[in-house]
Amino acid sequence: MQRIATFRKGGVHPSDRKALSSSCAIEQLPMPVELIVPLSQHLGAPATALKQKGDTVEIGEKIGKASGFISADIHSPATGTIKEVRKVTLANSVACDAYVITVDNDAEPKQWEYHPFRALDAQEILAIVQDMGVVGTGGATFPTHVKLMVPKGKSVDALVVNGVECEPYLTADHRLMLEKTEHILDGIMIVAQATKPKKIIIGVENNKPDAIQALRAAINMADYPITVEPLKVKYPQGDEKQLLKATIGREIPSGKLPIDVGAVVLNVGTAYAIFEAVVLRKPLIDRVVTVSGEAISTPKNLRVPIGTKVFDLLSFCNGTSRQPEKMISGGPMMGFAFFDDQTPVTKGTSGVLALDHQKEHDAPTTACISCGRCVAVCPMGLQPTKLNKLIEHARYEDAMKLNLMDCKECGCCAYTCPAHLPLVHAMKIGKKMGRK
Amino acid sequence: MEAPTLVVSSSPHLHAKSNTSAIMWNVSIALAPAALWGVFAFGFRALLVLCVSIATSVFTEWLLNRISKEFTIRDGSAFLTGLLIGMNMPPAVPVFVPILASIFAIAVAKWVFGGLGSNWINPALAGRVFVFFSFTGLMSNYSLPRFVQSVDGISSATMLTTIKMQIGDSAIQQLSSPAILSEIGYPASQFSLKVSQMLGDALSPYTIDAFFGLVGGSIGEISAILLLIGATYLLARKIITWHIPVAFLGTFIVFTWMFGGLRNGMGLFTGDVMLPLFSGGMMLGAFFMATDMVTSPTTAKGMIIFGTGIGFFTFLLRYFGSLPESVSLAIIIMNIFTPTIERYVMPKRFGEVAKKSVKKKEAK
Repeated sequence: MQRIATFRKGGVHPSDRKALSSSCAIEQLPMPVELIVPLSQHLGAPATALKQKGDTVEIGEKIGKASGFISADIHSPATGTIKEVRKVTLANSVACDAYVITVDNDAEPKQWEYHPFRALDAQEILAIVQDMGVVGTGGATFPTHVKLMVPKGKSVDALVVNGVECEPYLTADHRLMLEKTEHILDGIMIVAQATKPKKIIIGVENNKPDAIQALRAAINMADYPITVEPLKVKYPQGDEKQLLKATIGREIPSGKLPIDVGAVVLNVGTAYAIFEAVVLRKPLIDRVVTVSGEAISTPKNLRVPIGTKVFDLLSFCNGTSRQPEKMISGGPMMGFAFFDDQTPVTKGTSGVLALDHQKEHDAPTTACISCGRCVAVCPMGLQPTKLNKLIEHARYEDAMKLNLMDCKECGCCAYTCPAHLPLVHAMKIGKKMGRK
Repeated sequence: MEAPTLVVSSSPHLHAKSNTSAIMWNVSIALAPAALWGVFAFGFRALLVLCVSIATSVFTEWLLNRISKEFTIRDGSAFLTGLLIGMNMPPAVPVFVPILASIFAIAVAKWVFGGLGSNWINPALAGRVFVFFSFTGLMSNYSLPRFVQSVDGISSATMLTTIKMQIGDSAIQQLSSPAILSEIGYPASQFSLKVSQMLGDALSPYTIDAFFGLVGGSIGEISAILLLIGATYLLARKIITWHIPVAFLGTFIVFTWMFGGLRNGMGLFTGDVMLPLFSGGMMLGAFFMATDMVTSPTTAKGMIIFGTGIGFFTFLLRYFGSLPESVSLAIIIMNIFTPTIERYVMPKRFGEVAKKSVKKKEAK
């Protein structure tokens, strides 16, 4: 039997709960009457507003301009009028300006024209990707054009496409791989055209055999030089660092980027967004969101305009079947709990979850008994218990010396801690205070 | 949406649902077969000692809870400490001894340092060692289990003590440990004599007695096989890992085999391994005492160093020390080293290898 690739150190096995929504085909959410489009939907500096209150906007029109090297443009997801510009707080606690757009429902639906892409060179592709405001859709929302820029003197050995989707509940990427297989592959080939990798690998967790099969069939049809690598089901298999370890066997040193080990990593959702940007010249104005969780009446995978309020998503899924105890934007391991149903979907929202039975997960904390489970499961080789104790005593510099900055808040330590210590919370505080 | 009822907290929003008290109760469950065997072998007296130890531990914890204004009985750690103390007592010991041991364990070894998680020494071991040095005579008075006919009457020393006492005697020079026992007519059960015969004397009857628990000793330490069954349960439930027991027993086996014969006037590499491995507090110590999470290192590498240290000191104390105590003292010695091990032994950091190989490449 062939050994299934995986990362070695650490990791946990939470129940994946994907069955709730994995068989639901992607549905188009009807355009809501009002959208809230934040100017900060990406990692880096917020975009600068190009429109004012009262202006009319057209679908796909640029309404926010990137304000730095690591920043991204924002486009209007609908035709309508800007009702106001106001401060909003996003699910990840980022406070920023946002357009409130009243949608004109009588507007003609926009037809996106097909543009051939084979003849484009790297510069042209990067320019289009930047112009269409594409950012990573996996959650970190790193501006894609920056990621695809290969620094001078470096070359790309491997383009690794992330189809792992290791967060429980989420099935958006899974459905996308099943339903938009060819488009994703085209998107990958566009990236390959821009970065000229020696090999291309798509990593998919082994719990999605249908997606692996679909990708392989489409690759054969199109005769693309892409391999699909089934990966062991283990969280956080879909983290950039773990994914590269599993697929090409390289470890990114602390504080370095994939390109430093000759790799570019890209989410399948991003590949699809790149396809739409380059081939259809359609900006990133909508995305697939999994609406799931035990408290959702009808879990679904929805294609949603950016700026849609969570309230509209829930209504389309027939609301909640019982009072949820927690609402989460993203997956349950790394996502953000929020409480306002007016919170908008952004470019990085992979899922909206309504969970109950939270009490058994959020049990009261007890004393650390140094069992060492957090150390055993930490995929980065850190000692969460020791870091936690240092941070509790405000010894941030000592925590930094123990490589606190390597922590990526994957949550394995807190997931496994028998004392229910909020370890990730401590790491977040420690990193913030340590940076100062 | 009724906003106030929603919980907002830091990720992750899922938990493995493990908790500290489940760990403690599971360890107690794993100890149960060996403890029950002790009661069966030594009778009502053993049951009394176990109950008194547990009750005193829990009651002491409850009293101290009054002072520290918390409620920690339910986490099961006081119960476990009491059970371990009881299992470490000779069956015939007067009840005030386990009472004192339990109070010392909970109040001095654990509570004074800040309660569960903050103690540097395994509380049960601290209690045992405290009473051992205070009442050495009472703590060394072992009775034989009901299955073995004693030669000289009511009480008898354990195998290890007997061997140790005979070593100075020049009459039994150059005999292996089981041979010494047999030479002086130490009692063995009918069962083990039969099994030994069946195996063609490959294993001495004393080893077989020790493995099945047909020997004199502390209430809970005599049956190696039942302790191993409990240990298997803990390993399967992933409550303990293999690192400490394997490093401990492995080191002990190597040293015993290499140098164990010297004491008996024999050469190198002649030490008998099987009898020492299954007798005394080896199994109880390796799987249930050394693996105490609070007082052992958290990293895999640290656990191996810790276990190796215990194995080495156990060998040293058993073969060249003057006291019958060896496992308990060896574990306590390594408890002292735990913070230092924790300080200097780090897990391998992700990306470290890559960095080194990059440097190598650059050097080329």
